[in-house]
Amino acid sequence: MKGFIHSFQSLGATDGPGIRFVVFMQGCNLRCGCCHNPDTWECGVGSEFTPEEIAEKVERYKTYFGKDGGITVSGGEPLLQAGFVYELFRLCRKMGINTCLDTSGSIINDDVLRLLSECDRVLLDIKYTDEESYKRYVGCSLSKPLEFLELLQQRNIPTWLRQVTIPALNDDEENIRRLRDIAKAHSCVEKVELLPFRKICKSKYDNMGIEFPFEKYDVPSQSVMKRLNEIIK
Amino acid sequence: MKHENWSGFAAGAWQNEINVRDFIQKNYKPYEGDDSFLAGATKRTSALMNKLQGLFALERQYGGVLDIDTATVSSLTAYSPGYLDKENELIVGLQTNRPLKRGVCPFGGMRMAKSACEAYGYELSRKIQDEFKYRTTHNDGVFRAYTDEMRAARKCHVITGLPDAYGRGRIIGDYRRVALYGVDMLIEEKKKDKAALQDGAFYTETIRLDEELFQQISFLGKLKEMAAMYGFDISEPAKNAKEAIQWTYFGYLAAIKEQNGAAMSLGRVSTFFDIYFERDIAQGLLTEEGAQELMDDFVMKLRMARHLRTPEYNELFGGDPMWITEAVGGMGEDGRTLVTKTSFRVLNTLYTLGSSPEPNLTVLWSTSLPEQFKKFCAKVSKDTDSIQYENDDVMRPEYGDDYAIACCVSAMKVGKQMQFFGARCNLAKLLLIALNGGYDTTSGMHIGPQMPVMDVEKLDYDEVLSRFEIYNAWLMRLYVNTMNVIHYMHDKYCYEKIQMALHDTKVERLMAFGIAGLSVVADSFSAIKYASVVPVKNDDGYIVDFETTGDFPKYGNDDDRVDLIAKDMTHRVITELRKTPTYRQAIHTLSVLTITSNVMYGKNTGATPDGRRASAPFAPGANPMHNREENGALASLNSVAKLSYDDCRDGISNTFSITPEALGKSDDERITNLVTILDGYFAKKAHHINVNVLNRETLMDAYENPEKYPNLTIRVSGYAVNFNKLSREQQREVISRTFHEAI
Repeated sequence: MKGFIHSFQSLGATDGPGIRFVVFMQGCNLRCGCCHNPDTWECGVGSEFTPEEIAEKVERYKTYFGKDGGITVSGGEPLLQAGFVYELFRLCRKMGINTCLDTSGSIINDDVLRLLSECDRVLLDIKYTDEESYKRYVGCSLSKPLEFLELLQQRNIPTWLRQVTIPALNDDEENIRRLRDIAKAHSCVEKVELLPFRKICKSKYDNMGIEFPFEKYDVPSQSVMKRLNEIIK
Repeated sequence: MKHENWSGFAAGAWQNEINVRDFIQKNYKPYEGDDSFLAGATKRTSALMNKLQGLFALERQYGGVLDIDTATVSSLTAYSPGYLDKENELIVGLQTNRPLKRGVCPFGGMRMAKSACEAYGYELSRKIQDEFKYRTTHNDGVFRAYTDEMRAARKCHVITGLPDAYGRGRIIGDYRRVALYGVDMLIEEKKKDKAALQDGAFYTETIRLDEELFQQISFLGKLKEMAAMYGFDISEPAKNAKEAIQWTYFGYLAAIKEQNGAAMSLGRVSTFFDIYFERDIAQGLLTEEGAQELMDDFVMKLRMARHLRTPEYNELFGGDPMWITEAVGGMGEDGRTLVTKTSFRVLNTLYTLGSSPEPNLTVLWSTSLPEQFKKFCAKVSKDTDSIQYENDDVMRPEYGDDYAIACCVSAMKVGKQMQFFGARCNLAKLLLIALNGGYDTTSGMHIGPQMPVMDVEKLDYDEVLSRFEIYNAWLMRLYVNTMNVIHYMHDKYCYEKIQMALHDTKVERLMAFGIAGLSVVADSFSAIKYASVVPVKNDDGYIVDFETTGDFPKYGNDDDRVDLIAKDMTHRVITELRKTPTYRQAIHTLSVLTITSNVMYGKNTGATPDGRRASAPFAPGANPMHNREENGALASLNSVAKLSYDDCRDGISNTFSITPEALGKSDDERITNLVTILDGYFAKKAHHINVNVLNRETLMDAYENPEKYPNLTIRVSGYAVNFNKLSREQQREVISRTFHEAI
């Protein structure tokens, strides 16, 4: 079995608890305007690795993981290659390495369900909390990630909800309150993280010769982030 | 032996022999708590520090040198006492009669002393120049004995930075002995050692040692005189913490008055001082605030230490460093931690006095260190970028638990081992000389074994390696012989009398060789092996460039295919070095450390097969080349961790810069994550790491607006510098390095 990989980041300190080895999967089913990894969109390209090859890489970093760290699989959308990620997580767990999945939760199938059985934690991206925005800026229904969250709840998998805060799109208090309510309604949610929208990915779009859809939006100020984070608490 | 000033101390072998380690082991109190006990700066401390900051600013305005005493040859008693603020200082003693005024030390070399004076608009006095007409300096001696080949190797920069024109440094006197025993007892012991010589045969070694002991005893006498000028009688052991620090400092001060060595490190004094602090505090003689004040005053003195250097020297070792390295923490052989409250207090000076490159605070990291101490270190790193870490778990088995670090990464048992410092050779240039059959295209000099230029369409790994081996064997033999000349002459004409008086008479010697350009050579061999490298010749038929096509594994990505080439290179070098005997039976050691000289080495080296352009800087120390790391910071750390400390016993330096955002989202997370990274790296048996937590933008702003950042401190290869004291070129190189960022 082989998976398509975009890249590795051996020091991930912002994608899950502790120090994490992050695997960026190649290929995505969504085209979010705020995406900072447009180079991971295309499916069926990138470097090919077997789960064993990646597990062997991850093991080299075991001494850095401490009590909280481990592997995080991000992307792209890892659920597009759920069977591969399942195998990778299974190998990691066998080595005592904590597994964390970073996903939009927009795909549910048998492979995905099987993958959840090997996840120690899920970072679930709830991009918008109203159906209209979700449809408009993500291209599918908000019901998908919410259904995914129910699966996590049923399996009692520790979950962090994440949202990229984009001024004028989702930096209003109502959205944040709705996000908080979703979190409160699910005991599996340990934490909600608001990630300030950033534009350093612009050069990636430029290199690819495509437009950065959200270039026109501002980045949120520190004070706005502080205020929104207080609501979430 | 008993002494009233030792009352309250636990008895032990230390009372009957010079044995500071035994005193520490019998008396110190490990501390596993957190930093909450620490006191801040007192008003007195802040006022004094303000005054010193004013002098630092003035020194900067004067182009880096505030004043030079051009009429006095620096020595222990050459100057009248000097003070920063006599009424308010707790610890006293300056190198000359005024703060930051530099003395001249011509015994290492007259040329260096003279041209350093001239570079700053001074003239060395006629009197000194005349006196030295009838004296031989270390520099004179070396150049009398250097062979043509040694001169050529030096001139074409394949061996550079050799301590042949100034003091060699890298020797750490056991300054604690002055406090624990008082000078009279030290003199008595040395006299016994000298008397014992008469029972054996007198031949070169014995006669030399006999004369050295005479000089040591004489300088212990001068040490007492020097202290007496400041109103202290240091014949007897120190009776309290203040005296212990003052006595120890006098020992160190004497050393830096006598020697302008390249690195004048302090040793491992914090936990030793802690024993005195604990005794005074228990007796109600001292408060926490008082203890911190004493440390603050001591550290302020260390921050004032200066040597007179030439601008050329700064090109190699930027930032006016002294490498006043203090080793902090570590574990004892019995499993108890050597961390004490004073380990915290010395790091706390970076808050009470502000961040600073000196003293070069070096934490001896063990995965077994108390968690609270680890966290405090990480916090200090994050806040000040002023400390470095070295792996106690790999050094302790070799050096025991009372070793210290000279310069950046050189371990030695305090008072029992010394080092012959040997700068470094340029491995990347050596590869080019080999390819060109003994011709250096940068200098246009023929050097080494002469043979035809490699005449191939495309470079072949095995062919290049076997040719490299011929030149490696040649250079390493030459390197050892050159070092033997230098250290023979240094012992003869510029012997470290006071520092060696603070060593055991029967001292073990290490001879420290070094290499620069390791990552360039590793990547070049990798390119030759895995990609296609076509040599490009000039009209004279010499290889001056390479056309490298195809991808190849690059050091810094945790890829064994190239990392093991780097490891193998160090093994090849040390193996060749060991084939040539050393002066005074010193043990051959090797470092992968460049200080800031990676810029200069690069400048003098042509284009290399890895795609590095001619004159472009090397990576510092054992670092991967800038911006060739594709898998993030830990992959880079893993690559460096593969280099073997057994081959590189003089240290493997790695500098690591990360943005705060990449280290975690909150301060707490950043601290915890940094601790985890350090534990993980050192568990891989890595040797050393400099940690910078900062943004490139800060450095770019400091580059444009230096006045906004008078105290910006950053770690570079093995030490820390005030960013503003680096040359523009060095600053640009630091900015261009890889900063691990959040994605």
